[in-house]
Amino acid sequence: MKPIEAVNDFVVKFANVNGSGSASANELFAKSILRMGVPVSPRNIFPSNIQGLPTWYEVRVTERGWLGRRGGIDLMVAMNPQTWDADVKEIEPGGYLFYDNTRPLPASKFRDDINVIGMPLTAICNRTYADARQRQLFKNIMYIGALSLLLGIDPAEIEKLFGEQYKGKEKLLDSNVKALHLGRDYAQEHLPGDFGLHVKRANAVGDRIFVEGNAAAALGCIYGGATVCAWYPITPSSSLAEAFQKYCMKYRVDAGTNPDEPGANKFAVVQAEDEIASIGMVVGAGWNGARAFTTTSGPGISLMNEFIGLAYFAEIPVTIIDVQRGGPSTGMPTRTQQSDVLACAYASHGDTKHVLLFPEDPHECFEFSAQALDLADRLQTPIFVLTDLDIGMNQRLCAPFAWDDARELDRGKVMTAEELEAGKEFGRYKDVDGDGIPWRTYPATHPKRGSFFTRGTSKNPEARYSERGDDYIYNMQRLLKKFDTAKALVPQPVPREAAHKTRHGAIYFGSTSPAMSEAIAALEADGLHLDTLRLRAFPFPDMVADFIAAHDKVFVVEQNRDAQLRSLIVNEFGIDPAKLVPVLHYDGTPITARFIARSISEEIQARNVVRIDSGKTARGQS
Amino acid sequence: MTYIVKPKLHHPSLACNAAGFTRRNYEGAVSTLCAGCGHDSISAAIIQACWELDIEPHRVAKLSGIGCSSKTPTYFLGQSHGFNTVHGRMPSVLTGANLANKELLYLGVSGDGDSASIGIGQFVHAIRRGVNMVYIVENNGVYGLTKGQFSATADLGSKSKKGVTNTDNPLDMVGLALQLGATFVARGFSGDKPQLVPLIKAAIKHKGAAFLDVISPCVAFNNHPGSTKSYDYVREHNEAANRLDFIDGREEITIDYAAGELIDVTQHDGNVIRLRKLAANYSPHDRVAAMTYLHERQAKGEVVTGLLYVDADADDLHGHFNTTSTPLNRLTAKDLNPGAAALAKINAALR
Repeated sequence: MKPIEAVNDFVVKFANVNGSGSASANELFAKSILRMGVPVSPRNIFPSNIQGLPTWYEVRVTERGWLGRRGGIDLMVAMNPQTWDADVKEIEPGGYLFYDNTRPLPASKFRDDINVIGMPLTAICNRTYADARQRQLFKNIMYIGALSLLLGIDPAEIEKLFGEQYKGKEKLLDSNVKALHLGRDYAQEHLPGDFGLHVKRANAVGDRIFVEGNAAAALGCIYGGATVCAWYPITPSSSLAEAFQKYCMKYRVDAGTNPDEPGANKFAVVQAEDEIASIGMVVGAGWNGARAFTTTSGPGISLMNEFIGLAYFAEIPVTIIDVQRGGPSTGMPTRTQQSDVLACAYASHGDTKHVLLFPEDPHECFEFSAQALDLADRLQTPIFVLTDLDIGMNQRLCAPFAWDDARELDRGKVMTAEELEAGKEFGRYKDVDGDGIPWRTYPATHPKRGSFFTRGTSKNPEARYSERGDDYIYNMQRLLKKFDTAKALVPQPVPREAAHKTRHGAIYFGSTSPAMSEAIAALEADGLHLDTLRLRAFPFPDMVADFIAAHDKVFVVEQNRDAQLRSLIVNEFGIDPAKLVPVLHYDGTPITARFIARSISEEIQARNVVRIDSGKTARGQS
Repeated sequence: MTYIVKPKLHHPSLACNAAGFTRRNYEGAVSTLCAGCGHDSISAAIIQACWELDIEPHRVAKLSGIGCSSKTPTYFLGQSHGFNTVHGRMPSVLTGANLANKELLYLGVSGDGDSASIGIGQFVHAIRRGVNMVYIVENNGVYGLTKGQFSATADLGSKSKKGVTNTDNPLDMVGLALQLGATFVARGFSGDKPQLVPLIKAAIKHKGAAFLDVISPCVAFNNHPGSTKSYDYVREHNEAANRLDFIDGREEITIDYAAGELIDVTQHDGNVIRLRKLAANYSPHDRVAAMTYLHERQAKGEVVTGLLYVDADADDLHGHFNTTSTPLNRLTAKDLNPGAAALAKINAALR
């Protein structure tokens, strides 16, 4: 088997044991390549566990900038005996296996069609370090050193990263640099020189930033003016609330402008007793005029349902960031899916519809979280930001964050004490502007006017309790009108036209984005052309229906079993379901370009041969 | 009797308080509860307390859950914003509202079904956090709105109207509040207004989580022989640990008290709770002793009322969070947004 040869286009996978300190070493590896101007796309594949279970870190090195998961492994760094067999099996023919050969392994543990590189990492560490923790931690740095030599990564870039990480901790800096060079020196002396995978300096990163979606969303909440965050720990959303707290400590502590209260906090973060309480606090804060959000994942959404219905019906601004994971039930807590679409779109009993935003990457996590807070105030309703574990918990290369200092917070229709004093008419649930959005007052606005009773029961336009059918219908129709108003306010879909006129289209959203772009390019190279539309929000603007009408078949690509986005489109537009062909990936791993391209091309080829009357051919997993 | 609309005209001779409001300004819509319901007496006591304290009605936020008791905020303080939330979840909504604006008075009204069953988790955690609020449980031991099922505070062995004997142990909200660290714990009886009004006043002026359990008989479903939450039963077994007067810090203390031991409790803004001891050796400053006393009396079938515990120097959730004195809901983009220059630095650190 000919060894794989590739420059700036390969996949490395690290197989480690959870809690062994490998995560920071592996991140160092990814970042050093990035510093050489070559885009990378890393993904943590981790268990619901703190110590001892297998964990993987997969780095796609891609000068062309395909940031989706590729599938297939060119170099396996196998540091976990528990998963050895499966890890070795995963290597592409002609690929490379790097392992710790301190203890010899029987020949049956290897494959003939791969290239094996052994290095006695444990032996070197035991020889060099007396302390058990050091032996463990520096083993990681040592293999990074060896790999840097094999792959041609500039050690100066790694040392620079150490310098940034251990600023002011010179001792740690020195010992890390030493371990790095121990690894490099060993590789120089003992490892084969004909390694086929190489990193070459390029200029393909530009001004892009490398950040996790959860941190980006937290920062979006800072810029969007959130002052109250109530949350309950749940993977994969916890790091979002923790990042918000961290950014608050940095940007929201009074710098001493008020001498009476130096260091006072311009925020409140509550770790609630459960998700019901966290959404309840957000509802209370929103009702009382503070910008508030919560962050959670699927099980939390299930628990929040009653409150979501209250916020919808009583019209209270609420922002919910749902970092989706595999469901149903506890499901796959550390794997990714887009399976909360319907649960969020129609959350709570009775007739409800909610605004959903679908960010594709951390850049949009930032943008949409800030925008969600504006939309919640403007529309006086729950706004969901639907991210997922793939975007939320992995560092992703994306456009830098941007902010216009002239931008004000849009607090929506809030009647002031002056307006009430001047005699402006106030009816809490009255549609005075024709857009379905009523006016509200904050508590304590005016001593005599503008107070009202907020309730989850039906009411008349003056907010008084009413079980009259006509009052109820007026209100429910107004809520629909408000939802229609939302269409123009939410982020609009992003269309992309194929190079050639085509009968085929594809619709997708969220974290599917990078894999989709790559799949379209691959299909185009094979002569298959598709127009695409990336949806960024629900309610869907009319251009979504127009796009579907303009094509014979439209593939709807998503990461769940039941084609939830497709159901939502069919339901909202009353479209013939046969026109929408589902392409579904839901095994918990991020969708790949290979999967999308194969599914679509098979489907199109099958259609060219036999006539298929039904669009119900669900796709299997790769 | 919802068809009755209260006349808006007031008699010109009605007395005004220092804030310029008559007692009528503190009323709400006509109650739709049953005639004789204990809850209406509690509403009247709240009205009286707020009027006497010169509180501006619009500076109060009144929140409740679901049930008969939770309906009552409609019947008092008509100029206040009110929020009827979802069943058992008033504490979280109140907590969020309180975080948004620390300047208002937060009055949470709930019942024993709302707070001791479906919402016990939220009750527990709001008390633990020390949210600055007055939390009143209108406790009748029964689900009124769904017609007479036992609630979690119904005593073991008490009989329902249909003659069923309760076999579950009761939850004691007062004991729970003491254990959870509430900094003001009292029990009143809707049938004893002279005791209840000063208790509510003192709770309003308390900084921190003030909890008031008010036994409030349900005339429709729990006022019969065999019930331990009936008017007759509570009157017979009411064991007041103390009587109290509430003295606002601004007033000069001129009232002459009869002989007997007095305890003055000065709270954070100078107001004074003057307690007349009824039970010998009872100290409202000793949390552990309060719990012991409560358990001893309860074991004898007595209903202990009065101010059972107070920590006059308590802090609240905002204190724990060290929040700025400007309410969070009044902060603007200028206060909250780090700006484009800071963002450029953040970007630079992410490359």
